[in-house]
Amino acid sequence: MKTLVFLETVDGKLHAGSLGVLSRAAKLGGEVAGVVIGSGVAGLAEGAGAYGAQVVYVADDARLESALPQPRVDVIAGLVTAQGFDNVLFAQSVLASDLAAGLAARLEAGVNWDLAGVEERGGELIGTRAALGDSVYVEVAWKGTPRIGIVRSGTYAAEETGGSARVENAAIELQDFSTAAVLVSQDRAEQSGPSIEEADIIVAGGRGLGAAEHFKLAEELAEVLGGAVASTRAVVDAGWYPYATQVGQTGKTITPKLYIGLGISGAIQHKVGMQGSGTIVSINKDGHAPIFDYSDLGIVGDLHTIVPKLVELLRARG
Amino acid sequence: MRIAVCVKSVPDAGSARRIDGGTKRLDRSADGVLNPYDANAIEEALRIQEATGEGEVVLVSLGPEKALDGIRKGLAMGADRVVLVSDDAAAGSDLVATSYALAKALERENADLVLFGQQASDSDGAVLWAAVADRLRRPLISQVAELTVSGSSVTGKRQTENGYDTIQAPLPAVVAVSDAINEPRYPSLKGIMGAKKKPQDIVSLADIGAEAGRAGEAGSKTTVLTLSPPPPRGDSKKIEDDGTAAEQIVAFLEEKKLL
Ligand SMILES: Cc1cc2nc3c(=O)[nH]c(=O)nc-3n(C[C@H](O)[C@H](O)[C@H](O)COP(=O)(O)OP(=O)(O)OC[C@H]3O[C@@H](n4cnc5c(N)ncnc54)[C@H](O)[C@@H]3O)c2cc1C
Ligand SMILES: Cc1cc2nc3c(=O)[nH]c(=O)nc-3n(C[C@H](O)[C@H](O)[C@H](O)COP(=O)(O)OP(=O)(O)OC[C@H]3O[C@@H](n4cnc5c(N)ncnc54)[C@H](O)[C@@H]3O)c2cc1C
Repeated sequence: MKTLVFLETVDGKLHAGSLGVLSRAAKLGGEVAGVVIGSGVAGLAEGAGAYGAQVVYVADDARLESALPQPRVDVIAGLVTAQGFDNVLFAQSVLASDLAAGLAARLEAGVNWDLAGVEERGGELIGTRAALGDSVYVEVAWKGTPRIGIVRSGTYAAEETGGSARVENAAIELQDFSTAAVLVSQDRAEQSGPSIEEADIIVAGGRGLGAAEHFKLAEELAEVLGGAVASTRAVVDAGWYPYATQVGQTGKTITPKLYIGLGISGAIQHKVGMQGSGTIVSINKDGHAPIFDYSDLGIVGDLHTIVPKLVELLRARG
Repeated sequence: MRIAVCVKSVPDAGSARRIDGGTKRLDRSADGVLNPYDANAIEEALRIQEATGEGEVVLVSLGPEKALDGIRKGLAMGADRVVLVSDDAAAGSDLVATSYALAKALERENADLVLFGQQASDSDGAVLWAAVADRLRRPLISQVAELTVSGSSVTGKRQTENGYDTIQAPLPAVVAVSDAINEPRYPSLKGIMGAKKKPQDIVSLADIGAEAGRAGEAGSKTTVLTLSPPPPRGDSKKIEDDGTAAEQIVAFLEEKKLL
């Protein structure tokens, strides 16, 4: 089997998530290569050898500077066609997901997403994953090659094994439509402020709070419990609460002893950031909200009546 | 401006979602509803239409005929018509097959802007747009939380793992919006009544010039081998608030020694 792993770069470094997938790919056996795409990234390629890549292909070009998927589809499709890779693996990210799906269409190849494991069985690649909000576990496969897989973030740790890689240039032939979208500006997230990753107790607020000012409820509850306040993407995108407090796929991963969710539906992308919490309590007025599927205590009710009373009771306890 | 919004009918959130052990496909016997995330895309399309005072909003979907029952909500919100690709040969389509058939239907519509919702609530893929954009050979902006359309281009602000990016693309383009982009309107009674009379075209794969062998299970490149239940969770309980929820939370936290 010949496997190619997309090595995403962030701030001039190879992203740990994609190195984790590379470490896993190296254990599948057969040939393992990585591909690094960007502008001024050639120097990063060799470093992937330590994580198991035998060859690292580099596409270094000013037109590839922005982290946009479409020109990367052009590069990887060319590489897969030229080198005949059987597997193309990605560590899940906003960029990698769009890239993998675009590549699937370009190469008429199957893509399985949200993989929590990949293994080789009799020359075939088999993926394991959860589906339907993790309510069922599934083994999946591909018809034909290349097989494209998107591995859920945090699944595999990067393991340095100390090898070295041969670096080769990949051909860069970009389609007109692939370079039509351009990055106009970038607003790097403000990471200062209290860290939600250190807190033992997290009170997380979602869109069910109803308005930015109602985050006060979450703050009061967090204060009386001695915890910190976290949030969902929906409220961060809406400007209700800072990005630095977002938990989930594109936010932070937290493992507090206690997580209390207020008005949070429990979408899979939020869950992946908080499922390691010790005890999960949630308040949601919709009895069908997915968060109840993984709460230790689920309260079906209106947070606006329950939370003030809860704060009062906890204050009275002292 | 013509805006095509891709929409999907999904099992009602109230129904227990399960994968059929025999077909290894999602059990779709429950009533279908409009994928809640698609309401944001429809709302955004309607706002663009209202702002420019012209154009058309067409809903495009691939699914069984009964999907119309759920999708009609989009017409009630204000969309102008529906094109539903429905064909026995399209059943069981994975991403590659779905994007193929959908792109064929979209080519016929020749829209200036193709909009997608954040994700399908039954599969949580959040990727279909990228496959469709590649097939249509159009620029893509995904995860858009703020969208502006001006003249011949679109600009979207979106969140990634590293903060916010603002991306611009010339029209025609493909844009996938996030669920924070707007608050979808509720259909009015008048809208619901009027929806029934709006054009709702059910077309076959042949009608849109799609090869049956590239759609459905035949055209799919992924398979499900086995299904198994997840590892059991420890004790968990769910209670309806009867006025004592706060007390019950305190008692629970005390019992768990978390206070
Ligand atoms: C690529 C990608 C990455 C993503 N990354 C993240 C991420 O990092 N983190 C993240 O959180 N999300 C992420 N998302 C978004 C995720 O899919 C959901 O859209 C989001 O988590 C929803 O946030 P929410 O629960 O606050 O809002 P909603 O889903 O709108 O839920 C609000 C809930 O509040 C309840 N409610 C309303 N009023 C009340 C009340 N008075 N009392 C009690 N309950 C009430 C409702 O019943 C509802 O369940 C991502 C999505 C994609 C596609
Ligand atoms: C539990 C589950 C897991 C699956 N896993 C995989 C997998 O790993 N690989 C794979 O190839 N297929 C998979 N499928 C099949 C896949 O979901 C369908 O082929 C689907 O139509 C394609 O993408 P999506 O549903 O993930 O859409 P998403 O990418 O999540 O949906 C985004 C948007 O696309 C639009 N959209 C989605 N479906 C349609 C449609 N039928 N018609 C029109 N517009 C639509 C909507 O605007 C929606 O908001 C899975 C299905 C289920 C139920």
